[in-house]
Amino acid sequence: MDAGSLSTSNANHSRCPLQEQHLQRKQSRENLDRFIPNRSAMDFDYAHYMVTEGRKGKENPSFSSPSREAYQKRLAETFNMNRTRILAFKNKPPAPVELIPKEFFSSVSHDKPVKARRHIPQTSEKTLDAPDLVDDYYLNLLDWGSSNVLAIALGNTVYLWNATDGSTSELVTVDDEVGPVTSVSWAPDGRHIAIGLNNSEVQLWDSTANRQLRTLKGGHRMRVGSLAWNNHILTTGGMDGKILNNDVRIRDHIVETYRGHDQEVCGLKWSLSGQQLASGGNDNVLHIWDRSMASSNSATQWLHRLEDHTSAVKALAWCPFQGNLLATGGGAGDRTIKFWNTHTGACLNSVDTGSQVCALLWNKNERELLSSHGFSQNQLTLWKYPSMVKMGELTGHTSRVLFMAQSPDGCTVASAAADETLRFWNVFGTPEVAKPAPKSSVTEPFAHLNRIR
Amino acid sequence: MASKTATKDIITLRGSAAIVSEFFGYAANSILYNRGLYPEESFVRVKKYGLPMLLTQDEGVKTFISNLTAQLSEWLEAGKLQRVVLVIMSKSNNEVLERWNFRIETDGEVVEQGVSREKSDKEIMREIQAIMRQIASSITYLPCLDEPCVFDVLAYTDKDLAVPFTWMESDPKLIANPQMVKLHSFDTKIHKVDTLVSYKNDDDDDE
Repeated sequence: MDAGSLSTSNANHSRCPLQEQHLQRKQSRENLDRFIPNRSAMDFDYAHYMVTEGRKGKENPSFSSPSREAYQKRLAETFNMNRTRILAFKNKPPAPVELIPKEFFSSVSHDKPVKARRHIPQTSEKTLDAPDLVDDYYLNLLDWGSSNVLAIALGNTVYLWNATDGSTSELVTVDDEVGPVTSVSWAPDGRHIAIGLNNSEVQLWDSTANRQLRTLKGGHRMRVGSLAWNNHILTTGGMDGKILNNDVRIRDHIVETYRGHDQEVCGLKWSLSGQQLASGGNDNVLHIWDRSMASSNSATQWLHRLEDHTSAVKALAWCPFQGNLLATGGGAGDRTIKFWNTHTGACLNSVDTGSQVCALLWNKNERELLSSHGFSQNQLTLWKYPSMVKMGELTGHTSRVLFMAQSPDGCTVASAAADETLRFWNVFGTPEVAKPAPKSSVTEPFAHLNRIR
Repeated sequence: MASKTATKDIITLRGSAAIVSEFFGYAANSILYNRGLYPEESFVRVKKYGLPMLLTQDEGVKTFISNLTAQLSEWLEAGKLQRVVLVIMSKSNNEVLERWNFRIETDGEVVEQGVSREKSDKEIMREIQAIMRQIASSITYLPCLDEPCVFDVLAYTDKDLAVPFTWMESDPKLIANPQMVKLHSFDTKIHKVDTLVSYKNDDDDDE
């Protein structure tokens, strides 16, 4: 009974600035068990008064009609307002600068719903047959060009699959003496394509005219398993450990040679700015080469030589939202994904995936990384960056997922595995803003790209 | 004791106002830090009251607090300040989540007649230290502020006071049916400061 009437009077009075007196009473009654101040700070006289006299006056039944209470409250308020004025600065203190908090809150409270909204399909959207796909970890047989055409090398043949209309065409079948095809790579214009061969030659093709433009030879002594374009420069990595920069416009096409790998170069990627080249080899070494250093010095020196991986470094992916961030994946003996600051050469993070890392792709729209793996799950794993929390595992392939390629709009991922299937995954969502971009490049391939004469 | 240390332990109105307003400055910083309103790295550690205290380096907050303490000091000297309340509100909907209540009782005689009182600095510091410790330890029982928050400071002054043009009248920003915890007090013999924190009651089912 007492408690009930007390709390009602409390609730009423807590609206008026007189609250302090009630606060104290409430505090001294309620908080003794949870917070024990020192005795000198306790107001025993006051407490005694409130327990005995004070309550008599307030809660004597004859006094406590609601109207009277309201009257008393108003009286007290008026009385108090005459005495007190509540002031605050006109200029408010600055709201917390939300550099870290916003990130934190958005990742906690904002990103979760986004994640939930974006359904990540666990199964492939489409599966295509890929017979005779060479099951070789060190090759690069799949690429998706900016004109939305997917190129895949199956044995001696390079096929083109047009993702816009789903049509398939054969680009070229090379002779048995020079094949099989060991690498394919679209030029940035989405029209020209480079084909690396087992006999150390590289062919350049015009996919629109279905015509071979030239053959680059004499540079490598062994098969060319990795290719990377940087405007008019085609960089080739060979089993001989050499990396060559070929200017495809000129007759003596070899303009630079990078020596640093003892074994086959299986991973090769230019950074988005075109300033840095990352190369990974079967010698477990990752090199970062700087474009400007290479052209000025005759002796080609790497910017960084990184020997942290304990197995072949094939999977390389430059971060689309942070220019100097590189993700690399190690082979079966290493199984880690590592993150590098390529300016300093510092290893930022290393995550053991439990399986051979065959390929890595960044999501262009979200801070996410997709990795493809071999034994035992043969899965694709989607990671949140930088927390490296697993967001999803996409299974379906029955053998190691050797190659991955990303559609020009960044949403769809194609994966080719040793089970001789090519699967398409809608793993990176479907942002509307990204859609028009590839269309314009389809209609006018040279409108904004002037990279090949 | 009095005769021996009397010259040392005299406290004037001006001195008391300085101590109390400085106390508010440090208390506000400590609350902002301990309740995580601003990022941890925007605070630096200093030694004060025999404790490591944290002071914000954020220029905006720093200016706000120094303007505040300057004004409070003026009002304290005039004996016009009844209470200072630091209010913590949700940034998104301005809901009041916490009120740090400092009630001030001023010795009228000192203000009117300009007499001074006796109390040693050391003793005052010890009392303030106890409050500061309690503020720091309050995070153990206060509910988590799991959303971005902003703060404001209310000054309860006498009615006859002219409102400075940088200030405006405000509502008391009360919390309905709050939980309350009283902290220590300190007394300069001229100004007595009672500290109390009230916060939003997250379980409404009791009582």
